[in-house]
Amino acid sequence: MGYSVHGPKARTGGQGQGLLPKESLYLIEICKGLFITMRHLVRNVFHMGDMPTLQYPDEKPDYGPWLRGRHRLMKREDGSPRCVACQMCSTICPADCISIMAMDDDRPDVEKSPETFDIDLLRCVYCGLCVEACPCDAIRMDTGIFEIAADNRAAFQVDMDFLLNNTTDGVKS
Amino acid sequence: MHETLSNLPLLSGLPAQVLVVLAMVSAGGIILGCIAVGGMFFIWSERKVAGYIQSRYGPMYVGGWHGVLQSLADGVKLLLKEDIWPEKADKPLWRMAPLLVFLGAFLSFVVLPFGPNFVGANLDIGLFYVMATSSLVVMGVISAGWGSNNKWALYGALRGAAQVISYEIPLGLALLPVVMSTGSLNLGTIIQAQAGWIHNWHLLNPLFFVSFWIYVISSLAEVNRVPFDLPETESELVSGYHTEYTGMKFAFFFLGEYADMFVVSAIGVTVFLGGWYSGIPALDVPALFPLIFILKSFFLVFVQIWLRWTLPRLRVDQLMYVCWKVFIPIALANLLLYGVIRTVLS
Repeated sequence: MGYSVHGPKARTGGQGQGLLPKESLYLIEICKGLFITMRHLVRNVFHMGDMPTLQYPDEKPDYGPWLRGRHRLMKREDGSPRCVACQMCSTICPADCISIMAMDDDRPDVEKSPETFDIDLLRCVYCGLCVEACPCDAIRMDTGIFEIAADNRAAFQVDMDFLLNNTTDGVKS
Repeated sequence: MHETLSNLPLLSGLPAQVLVVLAMVSAGGIILGCIAVGGMFFIWSERKVAGYIQSRYGPMYVGGWHGVLQSLADGVKLLLKEDIWPEKADKPLWRMAPLLVFLGAFLSFVVLPFGPNFVGANLDIGLFYVMATSSLVVMGVISAGWGSNNKWALYGALRGAAQVISYEIPLGLALLPVVMSTGSLNLGTIIQAQAGWIHNWHLLNPLFFVSFWIYVISSLAEVNRVPFDLPETESELVSGYHTEYTGMKFAFFFLGEYADMFVVSAIGVTVFLGGWYSGIPALDVPALFPLIFILKSFFLVFVQIWLRWTLPRLRVDQLMYVCWKVFIPIALANLLLYGVIRTVLS
């Protein structure tokens, strides 16, 4: 038959994959489509709050307490870091983003404590293994902060001071 | 209008020629303002309708209430943007194209009958004039595509030309039965034939009903809207004939498109939907005429927007198939049938 300028009918091609006669007219299908979009339009205009879209900077999604957000270091009751500089977290870290310098501690019940505790947030993959590995619950990722942005690399190299005073605003308790 | 101006005390001393020029400039200014404000409104409403159809919000910030001034902000942005032009473009053609596209819409506004005495120019060949001016748009599309010296733009322009020229035929043929019925190309006369109750509207005559649908679908192709937006096809031709345009030149294309949407809707309302008559004689007070006309046209513009966010785009061969093998035979048969019935009945 060769090539022919085909309309809806000639497009039907092989058996079983063609369109039904009433579908090949398209008009009914177009009306169905129009009905669907109109239903969406009316529903969304009258129940604006039910739309799945969030007004993002104003409305934040609630990811729940299991979200692994930016890290924080826990404190003892006297305000010093709970961390004992055991290097478990930096050892298990697959991204090698945690670096800890340990120092002797004069307190009788504390053997070691961190002199520095730096995390490179640009390298961190937010896997949460450091939290799992920590023997004394000194590092957590429960701040709920997932908007980690800055305009210079240095801002991502966070130190112990920053991590100790990291906010927990995002935590739903 | 220049009579009105000559009655103003400040201007009464001026010679008639100056007054005529003043009248022309101010009438042009009024139309330009209407197109700009209307175009911005349509762009905003298109974005809102698109948003709600897709369960999004659309613009929400600029202007306080639901982003009403978003288009204004975008307009300012486009004005301030750098005007980039292709080095090997055909400069005169390339510069002229956005103006031609805009001019097509602008000239059509002159004859739109918002009310019995609320017309820019009450031409006896109004309908013919609108058909002619709206074809001017395709000149702009072609010169944009050729002038850009860009293969995407040229493809878009070729498609645009083929499409607009093809669809002019069913468009004209769909309007002809109504012209035969009213015996006039004057838009005001066509509307006055539909006065009184709603059953006088041309839409409710079975043959004109067929014409109306042919008109609506062909007009979508005429203004390059989805499902007939082949000259733009952002998925295959980048942005079609206006790929190379930035800033204010692009804004003119954009504004022209939306003004054109209003023009074809207004002509549809004039010819088939009773123009400025509401369909209920008690409501037909002259003060309400422009409002009724504009509301009806807005409704048709809304239908165009609604279709855009519902339908996928046609292929080129499908587009041509629908025009030449479906619409033109139906429109011709319709015209013939109407002629026969009219002759037999009279």
